Amino acid sequence: MSDPSPQSSKSSMRWVPLLIVAALGVLLFAGVMLSRNPNREALPSPLIGKAAPAFRLPVLHEPGRMVTSDDLRGAPYLLNVWGSWCPACRDEHPVLTRFAESKRLRVIGFNWKDEHADAMRWLEQFGNPYFMVIADYDGKVAIDWGIYGAPETFLVDGKGIVRWKYVGPLTDEVIRDELLPKIDEMKVASR
Amino acid sequence: MLLAVAMLVASFATFAQPANDPTPLQFQSPIEEQRFHDLVAELRCVMCQNQSLAESNAQIAVDLRREVLELMRQGKDNREIKQFLVERYGEFVLYRPQVESKTWLLWFGPALVLLAGGIVVAGAMRKRRQSPAAAKTSDSNEEQEW
Repeated sequence: MSDPSPQSSKSSMRWVPLLIVAALGVLLFAGVMLSRNPNREALPSPLIGKAAPAFRLPVLHEPGRMVTSDDLRGAPYLLNVWGSWCPACRDEHPVLTRFAESKRLRVIGFNWKDEHADAMRWLEQFGNPYFMVIADYDGKVAIDWGIYGAPETFLVDGKGIVRWKYVGPLTDEVIRDELLPKIDEMKVASR
Repeated sequence: MLLAVAMLVASFATFAQPANDPTPLQFQSPIEEQRFHDLVAELRCVMCQNQSLAESNAQIAVDLRREVLELMRQGKDNREIKQFLVERYGEFVLYRPQVESKTWLLWFGPALVLLAGGIVVAGAMRKRRQSPAAAKTSDSNEEQEW
């Protein structure tokens, strides 16, 4: 191995601190950029690509009628978690209504830890965009779905596989940039 | 009036959380209670991510604490209970992630950095010991340049 002359090794060494500072700068910039994402605290769902959790829950509008996860199979659906106690669900409501009216998929409401009367009143007041609303009064099924805040939205395909999840209120941008491409992708895959 | 304001504030504070269930957990024995407290202190609250399940007042934390106690009573061991939560909420719920290939860097990274630093320092010291005169002149050069 040839020994580099002291002079040249010296001159290359003098750039080391600058490189370190530059590297720290890049790291800081990356951190700032990442922290700008308003959804940065959303947890990735371990359910994506797996079968939707099995459940058996009453229908909000017909409390005697039970619906199971198997009943929903056969066609894709969007499961939207909401509660009358959730202010962000109110913000999301018009967006969800617009999506439901486009009739691309069944939109199933998942009424989480709500009072029956409160849930009914909420839907009467703001309108009911849902194909069907199922009610999880004690929140047991919500734990199986990994639900931790409302609103949350899951896309489940016709085979009952969870394809996508969004934590927080849906916006037109989220529907356009994330949900619709996922639905198209799903349709191509099932063809 | 004051009450109304207080209620309004409280309703904002509990943003996106269902109403609180007031019944506290009942333990059958001090051993069960101790095991429960040790376990929930190692689990992260999924809603308020800087708190453990033990500390958080979020409704989901209340529900998950109840679920943990129920799983304990079903005879599940701590590993199985953690697995139950990881399957639903992801690795994030664990304050101490499992040692597996994708967490090796997390577990052993600091030791690697320390090792690399040690090698650099050892190398520099050996160089200096081998040629004290050269080291001295380069030191004075350094002072001039910087």
